[in-house]
Amino acid sequence: MDGDMLLAVRDLTVALPVGGRLVPIVESVSFTLGTREILGIVGESGSGKSVTSLAIMGLIDVPGARITGSVRFRGRELVGLPPRAYRALRGREIAMIFQDPMTAFTPVYTVGRQIDEQIRAHQKISRADARARTVRLLGDMGVPDPERVAGRYPHQLSGGLRQRAMIAMALSCNPALLIADEPTTALDVTVQAQILDLLRVLRRDYGSSVLLITHDMGVVAETCDRTLVLYSGLVAERGPTGALFAQPAHPYTAALLDSIPPLHGLRPARLPSIPGSPPAPAERPAGCPFGPRCTHVHAACATRPPLVACGEQHVACVLPTEGHPLPPRRVPEMSA
Amino acid sequence: MTGLPDHSPSPLIAAQDLRMTYRVGRGQVLRALDGVSLSVRPGEVLGLVGESGCGKSTLGRCLLRLVQPSAGRVVFDGTDITTLPERRLRPLRQDMQMVFQDSYAALNPRRRIGDLVAEPLRVHPAPGGGRRSRADIAARLAELMDLVGLPQQALARYPHEFSGGQRQRINIARALALSPRLVVADEPVAALDVSIQAQIVNLFMDLRDQLGLTYIFVAHDLAVVRQISTRVAVMYLGAIVELGEADAVLHRPAHPYTAALIAAVPEPVVRTGDLPPPLRGDVPSPIAPPPGCRFHTRCPVVRDRCRVDPPALRTLPDGREAACHYPLVGE
Repeated sequence: MDGDMLLAVRDLTVALPVGGRLVPIVESVSFTLGTREILGIVGESGSGKSVTSLAIMGLIDVPGARITGSVRFRGRELVGLPPRAYRALRGREIAMIFQDPMTAFTPVYTVGRQIDEQIRAHQKISRADARARTVRLLGDMGVPDPERVAGRYPHQLSGGLRQRAMIAMALSCNPALLIADEPTTALDVTVQAQILDLLRVLRRDYGSSVLLITHDMGVVAETCDRTLVLYSGLVAERGPTGALFAQPAHPYTAALLDSIPPLHGLRPARLPSIPGSPPAPAERPAGCPFGPRCTHVHAACATRPPLVACGEQHVACVLPTEGHPLPPRRVPEMSA
Repeated sequence: MTGLPDHSPSPLIAAQDLRMTYRVGRGQVLRALDGVSLSVRPGEVLGLVGESGCGKSTLGRCLLRLVQPSAGRVVFDGTDITTLPERRLRPLRQDMQMVFQDSYAALNPRRRIGDLVAEPLRVHPAPGGGRRSRADIAARLAELMDLVGLPQQALARYPHEFSGGQRQRINIARALALSPRLVVADEPVAALDVSIQAQIVNLFMDLRDQLGLTYIFVAHDLAVVRQISTRVAVMYLGAIVELGEADAVLHRPAHPYTAALIAAVPEPVVRTGDLPPPLRGDVPSPIAPPPGCRFHTRCPVVRDRCRVDPPALRTLPDGREAACHYPLVGE
């Protein structure tokens, strides 16, 4: 089943040394990503979404860290890959964009020069050819007057343009997989809408597969084909975005969606909120990690629930097996 | 609905033609606020929304005179505080407090919560004059912890021992220590996870009902602003472009910028069909705002007049104000 998948992650566990012992930050995370697919990994701070993406990229650089499980990219195992082999892969076949484009660019060279350099690091082409490609890429990313922008320094560009330039740099070698970690979090909402639009266009025109990491359920709903919900380092639920938002199967997903104030329809007198806060990885309960905050918690939740099928999703919750799946979500009507 | 505001004519705070300019070198001037007028009645919650650089935070700070506006007037409860000397402003400061976005930066990490929350009670005299006694301060601290939903033991602990949501509760407790009438909250939930954000938004609403507070709630998140506000002011490049009842402004926006802002919010609902095309371009630099209507460079319904003739904020038939020659709701 994983054969035709671009990326297949199985039982990925990342344990980091905390206070003298190894603590699993991310535990047994499994998912697949097909070609031309956008998968959203969504979770609150500390849910392990960034650690998951860094592990896939081979960028966990902590002495004593232990990464187990399997990450197969185009059929090739990445867990345990030597650093040199990883370096050849990164940039060329897997590229990454971050929340803050200022960290991806060095401030002392022009944006164009940095993109040229990235192209020439992976391919033998002349400076002039590299620059021509840079300008074309910037144009493709919706940068107005790309030639002029290529000659500018990162600080001279607006947040939206910097983000477009970073995506251009990430795509410069036609990577098969783009990992985008909170790519729009630092942007204003009108600019965020442009960048999300760009990601959808990239999938259509470049055939890129995107792993989109975000805390924003709205971004996921508008961008991703499938969604993976992480809670405290574990998969709470995963499935097609439409099904997951229409009828969330995990009480955490449902509660998270409920706690977002609606933009349309009636204003609730009070927002439904989730009491307490997520556990730190070292204090994760032995049973369901969401148990202490869950309104449906009962005796069966004392053992860690396995991922089971429920509708179109897979969910780490005992409710469906017990014959009490959650009801469909009530969605406020949209005004035109 | 969150209770109708008092419609008596006297506002708790009002700004008239407020301007804030900064010299940014090479003879250039940045107009962070370019003639802003508004008033907030007691018991009202005014939401200030807009994208970065629109001046919403500067406005909040000018209203409390945390920064001195370059021109214009701020009147708090009938007193013009624009040029009031600090000595005379100080007693008024008890009535107006602020809550900031970064809950950690606002708390000295080396001092205990009890100490931090008690500070305003030590700095300002008791209502009858003179210093507050230790017993009075202790009693008030206990009250404040109950009010914001923290256990009494929190008082003996340090800021780093708390989560972001709890730290924001501590900041709210400190802002409320002197029983202010007006609280300006600048992005108080922007740094919090959604599930925690809902707790803090509810807390703000409960406190307003319990204590009869008036808020100016600065935020970029339209859904949060809609949840808490009775009225909303939408800002763009240093000016208010639309101001009115929250439901009117956010359900039937009159200004094309308000409409674009609402359309750009990604909602946690999967829709079929194409999404509306996003607004083009970035917010222009406030150092060189466009001539005519400041939104005309990005406006999807721009006409010739908009490029040359700056529209003034004017009242539409339904009572809201909008700065647009061709508003989207009927005249």
